[in-house]
Amino acid sequence: MLAILVFLPILACLAILFGAPARLTAIAAATINLVIGLLACCMPKSEVWNFSLTTLEKPAIHLSFSLMDGMSVVMILLSVLVTMAAVLSGKVPAGREKIWYASILLIAAGAIGAFASTDLFYFYAFHELALVPSFLMIGLLGRGDDRREIAWKITIYLGLGSLVLLVGLVWLANLTGTFSIPEMIAAGPVDPSAQKGIALLLLIGFGTLVSLFPFHSWAAPAYASAPAPVSMLHAGVLKKFGLYGLLRLAIPLAPIGLQAWLTPLLILLLGNILWVGLITINQKRLDSMLGNSSVMHMGYIFLAIAALISAPENPLAKSAAILLMFAHGISIALLFGLTDRIERLTGSIDMDDLGGLAKAAPSLALIFGIAAMASIGLPGLANFSGEVLVFLSAFKNYDPMTGLGPVQITCILAIWGVVISAVYMLRAYRRIFQGPSLKSTESVPDLSLTDRIPALLLIIALFAVGLYPNLLLNLLK
Amino acid sequence: MPAYYLEAFTVTLGLVLLLAEAFFPARKGKAWVGIAGAIGLAGILASAFLTIGPEGNPTANWASWPMWNFYQFDSLARFFKIFSLLTTIFVLLMAVDYRSILARFTDHPESENGTGEFYCLPIFACAGMMWIASARDLATAFVALELVTVTFYILVAFMRRNIGSLEAGVKYLIIGALSTGFLVYGIAWIYGSLGTMTFDGLASALHSPGTLHTTPLLFGIALVLIGLGFKVGAVPTHIWIPDVYQGAPTPTTAFLSVGSKAAGFVLLIRFIEPFLDGFSPVRHEVTGILAILATATLLFGNFAAIPQTNFKRLLGYSSIAHAGFLLLALAAWQPESINSLGSSKSVAFYLATYLLMTLAVFFVLGQVRVQRQGEAIADFNGLGKSNPRLATVMTVLLAALAGVPLTAGFVGKFLVFDLARNAHFWCPLIIGCIGAAAGFYYYFKIIRAMWWIEPDSSAATIVLPRITQISLIMLTAAVIIIGIYPEPIYALLR
Repeated sequence: MLAILVFLPILACLAILFGAPARLTAIAAATINLVIGLLACCMPKSEVWNFSLTTLEKPAIHLSFSLMDGMSVVMILLSVLVTMAAVLSGKVPAGREKIWYASILLIAAGAIGAFASTDLFYFYAFHELALVPSFLMIGLLGRGDDRREIAWKITIYLGLGSLVLLVGLVWLANLTGTFSIPEMIAAGPVDPSAQKGIALLLLIGFGTLVSLFPFHSWAAPAYASAPAPVSMLHAGVLKKFGLYGLLRLAIPLAPIGLQAWLTPLLILLLGNILWVGLITINQKRLDSMLGNSSVMHMGYIFLAIAALISAPENPLAKSAAILLMFAHGISIALLFGLTDRIERLTGSIDMDDLGGLAKAAPSLALIFGIAAMASIGLPGLANFSGEVLVFLSAFKNYDPMTGLGPVQITCILAIWGVVISAVYMLRAYRRIFQGPSLKSTESVPDLSLTDRIPALLLIIALFAVGLYPNLLLNLLK
Repeated sequence: MPAYYLEAFTVTLGLVLLLAEAFFPARKGKAWVGIAGAIGLAGILASAFLTIGPEGNPTANWASWPMWNFYQFDSLARFFKIFSLLTTIFVLLMAVDYRSILARFTDHPESENGTGEFYCLPIFACAGMMWIASARDLATAFVALELVTVTFYILVAFMRRNIGSLEAGVKYLIIGALSTGFLVYGIAWIYGSLGTMTFDGLASALHSPGTLHTTPLLFGIALVLIGLGFKVGAVPTHIWIPDVYQGAPTPTTAFLSVGSKAAGFVLLIRFIEPFLDGFSPVRHEVTGILAILATATLLFGNFAAIPQTNFKRLLGYSSIAHAGFLLLALAAWQPESINSLGSSKSVAFYLATYLLMTLAVFFVLGQVRVQRQGEAIADFNGLGKSNPRLATVMTVLLAALAGVPLTAGFVGKFLVFDLARNAHFWCPLIIGCIGAAAGFYYYFKIIRAMWWIEPDSSAATIVLPRITQISLIMLTAAVIIIGIYPEPIYALLR
């Protein structure tokens, strides 16, 4: 079944290139995938999901998919939800339907393939597959005059990051003598003397893909200039690949090595939260503000990972990281989708040109408000459960006798990030939706039905997980 | 059917076509020669699956012929025969769709009268390549190699009214002759040291070295490596590649870059194998020479490709870079084992993926030359707008050449890196990674030109002729399928 999940979008993509009606095919494929993804959440233990095909005998490599644990299930659920929303979002430039929908489907297939693969080879390969259409879409159909330079920049940036990652992965495979991820994990941590090097390579490689400070400078301009569905899929889903990889490979296989890099990691994640947070406040355009905010929020997930590194027996930290990955993916996808809508309604994304939009477009204002609250971390929405768990997990091993450890100190500083995100989100909301209407915002139409469906889909997910986090936490047990 | 029938059929086909081309009236053009050649070769390709060596039928009366003393038919030989036939078929088809340019620069520019031989010569070269794959000793291999090289002297300079083609022909001739000299001289030194020229004999002579002086032997090996480096496009005899690739007619360039390189590599595998086996007294020295050659080739090919603006020239440098990866696989020599394919089969695999990607790219390049009158990267500007499907295909192919995962190119590179890491070749491995990264840069430059740069107002929409279209679809589909499921090539190698 997982093979269907991965190959259906690829087949749909080929069908589109060879003349099938683009929008219809894409929606059909995304819907089928959504149904399969929800099914996977209902019965993750079933055998039907497994798929394996030996593609190389020497060295043994298998094209194999399975739900290794709850983490895979949650990431696949995130992927299918955001794919559905992405297919329905954005305005396709006339005459470019084919490349538009084909790229979206290819990105989705790559992301799902990476999360479902149990073989290191395909785990890496599918992620790379998703990057190529992202570059193309940004350069080809993106916004702004400098989109080509930006697309070129992220091609090089992420290409180099992936290469560092590849070296780390090859080293891992060399030490364990297998490409099968479950076999690697079952064999336990690798040779301690090599762990430090592997951990560094994986941290830099995966870190670049997740925009860990100071390897983050590609992210904000890329999201600001990408077409809406690409920003949604990349910021919402694809970027989580790096975190998924750290949790899946680095933590079980190189725990000692990671501990050696704990202090630098803590400093860098504070760079994400505080430094990039302050930069975010200063943004004048909504899209670059969201791009920066997405970089900033990665810091919290790294905090959970740091808590897990400092105390490997901390199941709460892992759950917290996954929950926050899910919540952030949904909320940032929703925000990017709405940003694109605002731009199309008013013709501008600069907060100076906007104001009083709530009067003309009340439902847009409401949905954006919910998404903004989610992003800040208001209770009742998914991000809140994620962030609270992250902070709790950082203090899980706190011992009053020994005083505050580095993780706890970082956590205390990181909590200020919540204030920062409240500042920029609320300011943005006030400047865009409240105050007197401007000429450009007086008579804009409200969200149409086709715009509401993807937004509702994502909001339901945000509320469901926010009000009842056990929905996901049960899967993670 | 004994295996050497294949070469006999191929040569016969070439002769028949040459005569038919000369005596049939030229009114209807010459394209039929190419088509007939491709069909004939396809027939031989089909019969290649039916042929056997003396091991397959020891009681047949041909099985005891002395022929088998200098001709062998193992899985590698069969693989490279199929490889050569397939390459030649595609090259002939490419030449058919390229004939308007060929005709313009041959003796009768307004007709196709001067183009007939262009379809016959590759068939002879193909016979030579097939024979190289089966050679049992250096003398046979050398003769077969010269058959290929002499044919190429003509093919490169075929557009004789085009100054670029002539220049390429002269350069190829001079450096080719020089490297032939190196090769023969090296063979002589090896014969002098070990007293034999057969590959089996080399292995047994090295097995019981006695009072072997390694210095003259190593001198001979180094000379042969330089001579073969010319065929495969390795440093230091790579200098002809960019100019010759750029000047030669595109089908010839494609043939050079795939067929000729593969012929060089199969001979290199056969030649180097005895010296790299565990008992060889010169194993470390030869490994060292190969590793240095591989590293230098990787560095030169990848970095010199970066500033190129002519696509055909860029492909020349990329062909040097690929030769570097292949040499790396040979330097990290490993016999086939339970969890490794071994160096020789990995090289064969890499070359097969390289065939698919490179020939397909040359098909596109040929048509861009015919219809947009240029071969620069700038001639691909805006292809995404004027020919979205062609641009998509081209994107897949270039991504495969760069080694993007899930395309055939990645599997090939993966096998090479896997060998290098098994051999603990860390320094060449890192240089290979850097080279692959540079590869991303220069291949993506073309993708960027196709999708992100607006076309000139004068740039024509490219209409692909039927043959190019079908070949391109087949090759691209194979690139993707092999990328996900490489088993078919494995089956051929078994």
